Amino acid sequence: MRYLPVLCVVVIWQVLSFSGIIPGNRLPSPVNIILGFTELLTQGLPPGYTLAGHCIASLKRVLSGVAIAIVTALPLGIAMGYWTRARNYLTPFVEMIRPIPPLAWVPLAILWFGIGDRSSSFIIFLGAFFPILLNTIGGVLSINRRLIESSIILGAKKKALFAKVLLPGAMPSIITGVRIALGIGWMTLVAAEFTGVKSGYGLGYMIMTARDIQRPDQIIAGMAVIGMIGYAMDFGIRKMEHKILRWR
Amino acid sequence: MEIALELNVIKLHKTFSSPTEGGRIDAIREVSFTVPEGRFVCVIGPSGCGKTTLLRMIAGLESPDRGKVLLGDKEITSPVREIGYIFQEPALLPWRTVIRNVEFGLEVAGVPHEQRRQKALTALELVELRDFRDFYPKEISGGMKQKVALAMALVVEPKVLLMDEPFVSLDCQTRNYMQVALLHLWEKTGKTVIFVTHNVEEAVFLGDEIICFTSRPAEIGKVLKVDIPRPRDRTSTELNAIRKEILLFLAGEREKTRSINGMFTHVRDLSEI
Repeated sequence: MRYLPVLCVVVIWQVLSFSGIIPGNRLPSPVNIILGFTELLTQGLPPGYTLAGHCIASLKRVLSGVAIAIVTALPLGIAMGYWTRARNYLTPFVEMIRPIPPLAWVPLAILWFGIGDRSSSFIIFLGAFFPILLNTIGGVLSINRRLIESSIILGAKKKALFAKVLLPGAMPSIITGVRIALGIGWMTLVAAEFTGVKSGYGLGYMIMTARDIQRPDQIIAGMAVIGMIGYAMDFGIRKMEHKILRWR
Repeated sequence: MEIALELNVIKLHKTFSSPTEGGRIDAIREVSFTVPEGRFVCVIGPSGCGKTTLLRMIAGLESPDRGKVLLGDKEITSPVREIGYIFQEPALLPWRTVIRNVEFGLEVAGVPHEQRRQKALTALELVELRDFRDFYPKEISGGMKQKVALAMALVVEPKVLLMDEPFVSLDCQTRNYMQVALLHLWEKTGKTVIFVTHNVEEAVFLGDEIICFTSRPAEIGKVLKVDIPRPRDRTSTELNAIRKEILLFLAGEREKTRSINGMFTHVRDLSEI
């Protein structure tokens, strides 16, 4: 039911394309895109490099980039949320590095990590790091002071306080951060794969190849695949969120 | 046999900086009192006089500018498990079920799972919430939450329980019921209790002793012994007589602040001329 409007738009689009109002060489019709898509699935682009392989390669880059962002931004965010001094000293760094677009890091990434997966994961990590960090800090700051004091009175030392009070207390905000981070991860994917792809696999790389051979249907098919994977992952996280945050 | 642990508050003094009057002003001035082990002491005073600050200093949550707090012969400078604290709003961890909240203090002390579950169940039994052990805090009422907070505090076996207006956000009937429940608990466990309230009826119903504070800077204005056996009748003449004494004292304090404020207004008017 909720996808009905999407379906309507696609149908109207098809009709407009079919009647020639939308020029096919600029915006291919949905049917052509689906044809391009099946071609990607079966023959691949470049030939032999099928869509499944591109998906897996990109998924690996996005997930590893976001995973590294989680394991680094979480502890740092909790520390910055808890210690005012840490927050005051580190915020200028964060706020100066944050506005730099991931694309601008591409030359440095290649210099540091060479051409390949490590560079593209690094670019995705950069995009994913800050939303997780800022949401973790915000999450810790939103925890009621009384809860922290009460836990300390009950005997919680730093380690227990961080793991059993601050982390779960900030969790709603952290999950929001991870959701945003994954979204940005997919957004920076194409930039990340600009750093060069050794294996020849990657959705961003595939889209650029489609552009080189002037196949707008396959460009859009590639874009749609990124959109759908992103949507599916967000859906998964929302389901997980529902389970983890049952207490809310 | 354990040694009796007296709580000694010695010349506790606290100032804070005032944005309006400039400089530092006294919040609590040289407050001293002793609470023998097992006694139920109520602290009452005009609102905003610094009762919470006093309690937080006793708990080690805030440090005094001068003076000290001794439990037995140990000076309290930071929070310790021997001194439990019940906040005005129950400080439950919302992501933990009732029983896992109660287990928290044992868990961070490294008590093994089976053992802490047993102890937590006993504590929940004490506050009559065993049946609600698997509920989340959002699923239970305000009174129940405060009982869980009590169980959380009691399960780590503190010597002293500090309570900061714990029943203030409950409706009148629940509050009366909670007072009775608290007295039962106190009789069973024999903890030393310092109970801050601004409710005179509550103070005379609960306390062995009532310490009345003056308005800012808070000093001890009056100490009343309540030698009335429990269970007490809220409407008895003896209780009412003590209530009246406290109410008169508080009214006097209000009068005092008003005249001081009047004076300040006057001065301010002059400076404006």
